[in-house]
Amino acid sequence: MPHKTIELTDLCRVLRESAGVGAGIDLDGEILDVTFEDLGYDSIAMLETGARLSREYGVAIEDDAFSEATTPRKLLDLIGAA
Amino acid sequence: MTSSVITGIGVVAPNGLGTEEYWGAALAGTSGIGPVGRFDASGYPARLSGEVPGFAAEEHLPSRLLPQTDHMTRLALVAADWALRDAGVDGETFPALDMGVVTAASAGGFEFGQRELERLWGQGNEYVSAYQSFAWFYAVNTGQISIRNGMKGPSGVLVNDQAGGLDAIAQARRQLRRGSKLIITGGVDGSICPWGWIGHIASGQLSTSEDPATAYLPFDSRAAGHVTGEGGAILIMEDAAAARARGASHVYGEIAGYAATFDPRAGRGREPGLRRAIEIALADAGAAAGDVDVVFADAAGLPEPDRAEAAAIAAVFGPGSVPVTAPKTMTGRLHAGGAAVDVATALLAIRDGIVPPTVNVRPAPDYPIELVTGGPLRLPVRVAVVIARGLGGFNSVLVVRAPGEATDNANEIKGAIHAA
Amino acid sequence: MSRRVAIVGVGVVAPGAIGTKEFWSMLTEGRTATRKITFFDPSRFRSRVAAEIDFDPAANGLTPQEIRRMDRGVQLAVVAAREAMADADLALAVTDPTRVGVTIGTAVGATMGLDQEYNVVSDSGRLHLVDHEYAVPHLYDYLVPTSFAREVAWAAGAEGPTAVVSTGCTSGLDSVAHAVDLIREGSADVMVAGASDAPISPITLACFDAIKATTPRNDDPEHASRPFDANRAGFVLGEGSAIFILEELGHAQARGARIYAEIAGFGSRCNAFHMTGLRPDGAEMAEAITAALTEARLDVSAVDYINAHGSGTRQNDRHETAAFKLSLGHRAYEVPVSSIKSMIGHSLGAIGSIEIAASVLAIQNNVVPPTANLDSPDPECDLDYVPKVAREQRVDTVLSVGSGFGGFQSAMVLRRADGRAA
Repeated sequence: MPHKTIELTDLCRVLRESAGVGAGIDLDGEILDVTFEDLGYDSIAMLETGARLSREYGVAIEDDAFSEATTPRKLLDLIGAA
Repeated sequence: MTSSVITGIGVVAPNGLGTEEYWGAALAGTSGIGPVGRFDASGYPARLSGEVPGFAAEEHLPSRLLPQTDHMTRLALVAADWALRDAGVDGETFPALDMGVVTAASAGGFEFGQRELERLWGQGNEYVSAYQSFAWFYAVNTGQISIRNGMKGPSGVLVNDQAGGLDAIAQARRQLRRGSKLIITGGVDGSICPWGWIGHIASGQLSTSEDPATAYLPFDSRAAGHVTGEGGAILIMEDAAAARARGASHVYGEIAGYAATFDPRAGRGREPGLRRAIEIALADAGAAAGDVDVVFADAAGLPEPDRAEAAAIAAVFGPGSVPVTAPKTMTGRLHAGGAAVDVATALLAIRDGIVPPTVNVRPAPDYPIELVTGGPLRLPVRVAVVIARGLGGFNSVLVVRAPGEATDNANEIKGAIHAA
Repeated sequence: MSRRVAIVGVGVVAPGAIGTKEFWSMLTEGRTATRKITFFDPSRFRSRVAAEIDFDPAANGLTPQEIRRMDRGVQLAVVAAREAMADADLALAVTDPTRVGVTIGTAVGATMGLDQEYNVVSDSGRLHLVDHEYAVPHLYDYLVPTSFAREVAWAAGAEGPTAVVSTGCTSGLDSVAHAVDLIREGSADVMVAGASDAPISPITLACFDAIKATTPRNDDPEHASRPFDANRAGFVLGEGSAIFILEELGHAQARGARIYAEIAGFGSRCNAFHMTGLRPDGAEMAEAITAALTEARLDVSAVDYINAHGSGTRQNDRHETAAFKLSLGHRAYEVPVSSIKSMIGHSLGAIGSIEIAASVLAIQNNVVPPTANLDSPDPECDLDYVPKVAREQRVDTVLSVGSGFGGFQSAMVLRRADGRAA
């Protein structure tokens, strides 16, 4: 199924809406290879984020693959390949 | 037995965001009741509410907490922060396992719940938020306060409508008696959203008046229901010895007595339970009726429950022989939050020697109680009684006493009552 | 001097079994009551299995008016309470209604009622300003679920302290513990205490789908709840109620009541960590267990059986296995541990009380119920989980534990009453 292209800025927007931003975290900084955990996002924050990405961008993300996408770069690659 | 004292207060009320703001408004007789602002209520038969003014959650709470919390949980977290600051304690004051959280709830995070139900039925089940699994349920405030402040001791949640606020405080006292050092307690509540609103309307208890000055008139011959509101109070309760040992800067008062009863089902020909609850609570406190300086009434705002409450107060204290007040005429009924605000108010009355009034009410002459109206009453307050009732027959009564006023014969009197 | 508390009556309404006798047969036979959801069309959901009760309220003695005004969760509670009252000869125990109280636990209250009514008043989600003209007259009872306690109090004629306890999935343990406190402190002599939840509704399924807590294995519903098994994939939602008559021990002995067990100790802690997540070390659950044993004045060697939370999520099963090892030390490897959620699913706040019922029946019958569906144990869960077949053995002391959203961890110790056995 064709879907809208998703960039880091889109991911950051969805993260902000889904789970806010942790104290001292700058989502506009160099975060592509920082783990979501280090960005202050726990599993439920990522589940919420994943669900919103699926709905907004029309991508189906497999459970196992999603849990292995531990950084923004990995998640964007996963969605890009979907 | 050790005593349980309140060392910190955080109030978030419709007539004042913050303890001193609320207290100033209560003494001035300033009401927070007005037209519903959280949604368009113009199409409903009830259109007034008590809403907490000027609350911007993002000014007080980390952004990570906002997507996962209902409005009333945000209010509760902030009230807890303020209460802890007031007490001069934090998550490190005592070992984490010696501190817990016991709060009252009524409808949970209902506004959050409405949004998710709307998504479920309107868009589909895959649109429901992951946070719905806890943001709505009744235990959410206790859980979130425990996590935010790192408190790992015995905790709890009671859902007894308006009476629950007192039941939670009494349960906090039980935990201190079992060995905890500090319990965050009280209640903050609110379900002012269309879905909550029609539930309140269905209770048949809401006033349909559009005039904030006459909508909620307990003990008045014009009484025709109450106004519902949001907010509440969080209290820091400590074991008196532990508070002393850490050098607590102030003690507002002691939670000295408590009782809960349940009304017999209508038609059984048995007396309702409120008089008995007041008597047992006084005995638990080791106080006689004559020791009580002021009663904070439940003040349902409908003739039948108003009459029952006035009769119970008069039966215990004698007709018109103790000042009775209902500052909730300035906030509306706050459900799980209301009784906690009354307890906070009683403690502030003890501190300052002044009792806030019941506003707007012209007391009906046939109720055998002396209502504080027209302005605050200057009065040294050593012992205050707080009454709260939940719809369906729940009666709870709490006795609050000035610090250092404990009597020695408390246990003897309690024993005598149980033997009777 | 100190007042002790006995269980003198039991009532259970569970998936696959209405009534205590049937419930115990089912558990000891290792039968499962999980199935494909029939209450609504689950085809759009990730998890489509649940442990539903085939419950006919009229056939279970509820009047038309009771059926109309009570949410399903309240109906289950009242039916269980009536069984418990009859079992205990409550009329004989009660001479003064003011000395009888009620505590009912529920995690999600009248969720089914709320879910169904919202669909109506919102015209299937179209109206944000929901239509009050379509609301049922008792909608306030759904909004604020005090009717769970009120209806049981009415059924029992109770006029003492009455409360709804709602601490998520530990509600069923915490509610009974609250009742024990009320008897011990002298506020009541008899308590009708337990829990009820009827959460099998689209909103509940949807929110557990969203956090992937419930199992997505829909192809074999009878074997979908697999605590401690390597092939588990999440919990299976259930419903039900268990209600007990608690009585001050001396009061019960004086009237010659049948005593199932004494509630000897209780402990609860919070993890202060996460609303849904658990730390793998199980430290706070271990603290709760130690507190419960301390209150019961029992050494770890006294524990004959552990009724586990055993929800069947990987996180839970490892968390509580760690907690048992931390609190019981070497004894953890010797004591049988089982999860009845393998058979009747996870009924949220109700399950803690249903598990107390299983625990006291284990004491009464000297049988440990099994963990069904445990074919290939998770290598990280290396205790004796009583796979598939019930075990006859002496059971005097049971530890029953629970863990819930919000971080709640609770543990209760039940012990065969001295002298007068059931």
